[in-house]
Amino acid sequence: MSLFFIVALPFFGALLPGLMNSAGRAATAGVTFTVSLAAFLGLLTNLPSVLAGEVVVARVDWMPLLGLNFSLMLDGLGFFFALLILGIGLLIIAYARHYLSRDDNMGQFFTYLLLFQGAMVGIVLSDNILLLLVFWELTSLSSFLLIGYWKHLPEGRQGARMALTVTGMGGLAMIGGMLILGQIVGSYDLSVILQQRDLIQADPMYVPALILILLGCFTKSAQFPFHFWLPHAMAAPTPVSAYLHSATMVKAGIFLMARMWPVLSGTPEWVMIVTSAGLITMVLGAVIGLFKHDLKALLAFSTVSHLGLITMLLGTGTAFGAMAAMFHILNHATFKAALFMSAGIIDHEAHTRDIRRLGGLRKLMPVTFVIASLAALSMAGIPLLNGFLSKEMMLEEAHHTVLFDTPWLVPGLATFGALFSAAYCFRLIGHVFFGPVRDDYPAKPHDPGAGLWLPPAILVSLVVLIGVAPFVAEPFVKLVTASVLGTAAEVPDAHFKIWHGFTPALYMSIIATIGGLVVLALFKPALRLWDAAPRPEAKVIFDAIVAAAVGLARKLILPLHNGAFTRYAAIGSVVIVAVGYHAWTTGTVAPQTRDMLPAGPVPIAGWLMLVVATIGLVFMHRNRFLSLILIGIVGLMVSVGFVFFSAPDLAMTQFTVEVVTIILLLLALNFLPNQTPIESSALRRARDIGVAVIGGLAAFGLSYHFMLRDAVATPISEFHLANSYKGGGGTNVVNVILVDFRGFDTYGEIIVLGIAALLIYALTETLLDGPVRARLLNRKPTHRRAGDEHPMMMVVLTRGIMPVVLMVGFYIFLRGHNDPGGGFIAGLIVSIAVVMQYMASGFGWASARLKYPYHGVIGAGVLIAGLTGIGAWFFGKPFLTSAFTYVRIPPFYKFELATAALFDLGVFLAVVGAVMLSLESFSRLARQATSGPSNEHPMDIDPSRDEDPQETSEKEAV
Amino acid sequence: MSHWIAAPIILPAFVAPFIVLSARYHIGIQRVLSVFGVLALIVIAASLALDASDGTITLYQMGDWAAPFGIVLVGDKLSTMMVLLTAVLALFVLLYAIGSGWDNRGWHFHALFQFQLMGIMGAFLTGDLFNLFVFFEVLLIASYGLMIHAGGTKRLKAGVQYVLFNLIGSTLFLFALGSIYAETGTLNMADLANRVALIGADETVGIRVAAVLLLMVFAIKAALVPLHFWLPSSYAEAPAPVAALFAIMTKVGAYAIIRVYTMIFSPQLEATAGLFDVWLLPAALVSLALGMLGVLAAKKLDRLVAFAVIGSMGMVMISIALFTPAGIAAALYYIVHSTFAGAALFLISDLVRSSRANVDLTAQPVMSGNALTAGLFFVGAIAMAGLPPLSGFLGKLLILDAAYDSDLMVWIWVVVLSSSLVSILGFARAGSILFWKAHSVPAPDGTEPMPSPSPLSYVAVGGLITLLAAHTVFAGQVHGYTSTIAAQLFTPEPYISTVVETPGKLSTPKGDH
Repeated sequence: MSLFFIVALPFFGALLPGLMNSAGRAATAGVTFTVSLAAFLGLLTNLPSVLAGEVVVARVDWMPLLGLNFSLMLDGLGFFFALLILGIGLLIIAYARHYLSRDDNMGQFFTYLLLFQGAMVGIVLSDNILLLLVFWELTSLSSFLLIGYWKHLPEGRQGARMALTVTGMGGLAMIGGMLILGQIVGSYDLSVILQQRDLIQADPMYVPALILILLGCFTKSAQFPFHFWLPHAMAAPTPVSAYLHSATMVKAGIFLMARMWPVLSGTPEWVMIVTSAGLITMVLGAVIGLFKHDLKALLAFSTVSHLGLITMLLGTGTAFGAMAAMFHILNHATFKAALFMSAGIIDHEAHTRDIRRLGGLRKLMPVTFVIASLAALSMAGIPLLNGFLSKEMMLEEAHHTVLFDTPWLVPGLATFGALFSAAYCFRLIGHVFFGPVRDDYPAKPHDPGAGLWLPPAILVSLVVLIGVAPFVAEPFVKLVTASVLGTAAEVPDAHFKIWHGFTPALYMSIIATIGGLVVLALFKPALRLWDAAPRPEAKVIFDAIVAAAVGLARKLILPLHNGAFTRYAAIGSVVIVAVGYHAWTTGTVAPQTRDMLPAGPVPIAGWLMLVVATIGLVFMHRNRFLSLILIGIVGLMVSVGFVFFSAPDLAMTQFTVEVVTIILLLLALNFLPNQTPIESSALRRARDIGVAVIGGLAAFGLSYHFMLRDAVATPISEFHLANSYKGGGGTNVVNVILVDFRGFDTYGEIIVLGIAALLIYALTETLLDGPVRARLLNRKPTHRRAGDEHPMMMVVLTRGIMPVVLMVGFYIFLRGHNDPGGGFIAGLIVSIAVVMQYMASGFGWASARLKYPYHGVIGAGVLIAGLTGIGAWFFGKPFLTSAFTYVRIPPFYKFELATAALFDLGVFLAVVGAVMLSLESFSRLARQATSGPSNEHPMDIDPSRDEDPQETSEKEAV
Repeated sequence: MSHWIAAPIILPAFVAPFIVLSARYHIGIQRVLSVFGVLALIVIAASLALDASDGTITLYQMGDWAAPFGIVLVGDKLSTMMVLLTAVLALFVLLYAIGSGWDNRGWHFHALFQFQLMGIMGAFLTGDLFNLFVFFEVLLIASYGLMIHAGGTKRLKAGVQYVLFNLIGSTLFLFALGSIYAETGTLNMADLANRVALIGADETVGIRVAAVLLLMVFAIKAALVPLHFWLPSSYAEAPAPVAALFAIMTKVGAYAIIRVYTMIFSPQLEATAGLFDVWLLPAALVSLALGMLGVLAAKKLDRLVAFAVIGSMGMVMISIALFTPAGIAAALYYIVHSTFAGAALFLISDLVRSSRANVDLTAQPVMSGNALTAGLFFVGAIAMAGLPPLSGFLGKLLILDAAYDSDLMVWIWVVVLSSSLVSILGFARAGSILFWKAHSVPAPDGTEPMPSPSPLSYVAVGGLITLLAAHTVFAGQVHGYTSTIAAQLFTPEPYISTVVETPGKLSTPKGDH
């Protein structure tokens, strides 16, 4: 079967259990088993090629430019691990079917499990280290989901997060290491990298790469000082512990060290780091494991210890060490998975895993007893079981390894570790199965059905088979070793035998076994010592670190983003000025090319007014009404400035805009207090003054610089000046720019205006739906209201002036193309005409007499402008292309018809609509506040009406 | 002549006023018009991207006026890709807005939505800096309207900050444009590229200041720290579909930086050398670190996502700041990823809000639709934190790979990798509290469970997740394409000559300047 299928099957198969969940537990487990079995059989079809020493490959490009490709390879090492993953996976699935209770969501469980299986197979079959990284992190993620499977248990959630954090950290480090490795070699393909031992080890980046990759391996394989997550991962259901956290996932780091062995190993750094980490882990795990009372915790620490053992073997960098490591991986996977399953059985039947509450199970659970004892004895290294063989090889290798120039160090510690390893194995057997039968088990223990004991039994039969007949495993282990070593070393010709004669290893082994028995005999006093000794609790430290990280992040982030806008703006302004200043100081200043203009009395007077008004604004801004007037002066002076610079269009626009904005602001002021209260401290105001002065000076400097210099090439406005009549049909360049040259900008701007009006409307609506409505209703006017809200004089005057203003607007609109004016200004003028009616007679009265909804006016304006633009399409011209012609209808003089006028009409409508809609929105707020019915008459006092207005209002008051 | 290149701007500019004019009281009609408008946009955008994919540069002269005198739209690989990205994102966001009923909780959602699209599309397509300003205004005012859609005190407050900060940006934009025009006498980007090259070594100060002021404008849009302050609360308080649409808004800033600084103010140019390479990369690194710390610090899911957006913009800016073809290619790949991932997470945050009434990161009883929402969150978080197998991881690899030759390589690697860890921690914490810890909190008696989110909402989120998956599976193709985009950007001569040398009304090639 193609390697792609082997990897893909569990992934795609992972969908099935989730879907089959409602079909029942048997069906769910069945389909999961089938998927795994198919992958397993697919793997076996490749066995002949692997045995023949071939490397099976499969490759599809994924990200060729990066060098990340979906390339897989299957050699002895990959086959060995894939076999473990899929083979033990099958047993685990069968076991989990019976282990999970009816309350557990089995579909979810198997989905996660298959995801993990696929990822794990992916790791061991990857021929591309980036692809390997992908699968690597996927195993961390699926492990996260599986540890947290029992969501209601805090241990599960915390253990899951701890495992994800630690292995995730390692994974990230490994990303760095792998990328460096790829950059050194120039390829991310393992098959290429593995050929480049000398190149890699000579590179100055070798050590960083090595450390980063080892960080990944050590975290994954729970090596000291990252071992602490593994015991906490035991909160997962036992099948997960057996599968991920003893047999497969935690061996991923070891797999990778073996995979990279030909190119990374052998250097002093490698030996130093890997061997010592392995040794410490081995001893530490064994000692802690002995004193754990939770069966799974004991097994977890024993796993840590054995992973350390394997790591140490790989660290020695010899071919024999590598072979011993491979052999022990096989042996450990068999006996440890069997032990975990046994622990699960005990937990399942006795409802406790606490060794102190167990004992005497030998008689109650004979089958489990046999299975667990054989596996435990193998772990202790008792002859005729497979653990003995690889432990002998380990001790042999340790005997030859020298670390820190101290010959006794490695063998001594290895023996010490083996001693404790034997001790906890004996304790497991002795304290759980031997001893008197108790009467206080939480549940009555008995042997489970075959579904639970058969899977471990199969594993234990392997334990015995290899232990009795090691030559069965020898060719296979040597094949695997050969693919680990690659071209870096020869496979050693040592044979797997039970009896090697009286070797140092045998003596060490005997010391360990006897010592183990002695320690067990002294267990009680030893436990007292242990409990009395102060020990760092990894979880407490880890939680403290995480809490500190969260606390630090909160201290840094939250106060900085607490919504204080002035600080945001201050930081922003200072940064902008600073960056601009940096650009200024690194540039070169050209001499000025323009002379200063002489300043006459008029400009100086205008300038003074501007300055005085602005300074006044700064000091009097707390009086809102006054500041509005001052703003008006500023606006007016800007308009005058435009006139002075011969820009009548801009002046007219500015002027009308001023009028409209001041009216709208007046309406808004109606809802605001008269005074702005002082809210910020003097210090903060000083800061703000400083920032404002700096910003102002910067703006001044920049403007001053540019005013004295010409552009590097002729400005494009020359073209506009030259062509506005010829090409745009108008002599008013500003208008032609607005509606023709850059009509598209205008199109955008009228849309901005329209959106603004829609926004004000929408805002008003939502305000009136919310708490603001109540506030408005309860609002007490601060001033005495005028007795005459709609004065007669004003009504009469505005009515009379209305047609005149409309006419002016019309005139301004038409003349716009050739003289100052245009749709925008006309729109504002007409708006003012209408606004005056509203001011005089109130909004209710006026709007009742208006036929067109303002929304519609805006929409129509934008649409007309757009349709004018599209009109050009029918003549094969781009959007907004203008056309004009001159017609003469007697008796009139010849006049111009331009499509630009139609566009200007759209502008006009959008402006009118936008202004009026904004006004309407404000007035809605106002009417909500006064809460009275809108006036039905244009003015309060009307001599022609019979009714006395005084009475009307009294009636209303009643 | 073909008008398609203008269609992404003009179509929404017609749909929106039409809705205002004739359908403002009929939510059903609005929805139909809006969805069909966006579907049409996708078709148009796809065909534009297809046209541009062979390296063709499409020029559209508004009003038949040639550049630099009139306004031109230019469609090249980069702009058409961004247009397509926007259109696709808009569809799912719109579906979510309809499915969740957000569009009916205030006024003018669909009109503003279309106007917003118009602004974004215009910003991507225009070849004129002043026109870019106009479109920035369109999208700013429309986004403000969308942001405060449906009201609420907190939202309005955040909205004011949003609009104020961006008005600072607009003012700055005007300063920058004024400076550029004063210095060069033009505002067309291609013409500008030619004219900036004319500036002598003894008179660089004006253009240098102008160039960085413009960069600051775009940096505000891109939420580069320390100009990012407007983002967290406004994105968190905005209605979820709006925040999701805003995922593209930060990219407008990134796009503009890429466009302007590859074509006009290139660091290779003497006049503009050494300008921002000094501080852009450090600022981007700080953005990434700050964003991911914010993920860890956040006490609410929506703010968590907002900070993740800042962090992911940091990633984008790191990659842009490398200023190499590989860096730009990686940045573009990451932009697509972070747009979909950010949008999906905002929508997921809203799924949580709608099924348990708030998004506080505290243990509360199991929410309705827990398993599905949890699954979506898990995938979205994986994408955002840059874990395999999704595109965030691939993007991260691309960026790390592109940074290998940088002087600041160690800094980049350390910050990128360690901020990933911080974000993993933050997302795992949040997810565990929201979806797992809930199982240990009993539901109080007598409370009605909140209704599950509508199927359409899930379809919309699922669609975004599917896009992320597709972005992963076809990563090779996408990255290959973004690499050709980067190549096109680093050889701007065809773009410039197409824009400047095409004749228009009353002007012949090369103009009279």
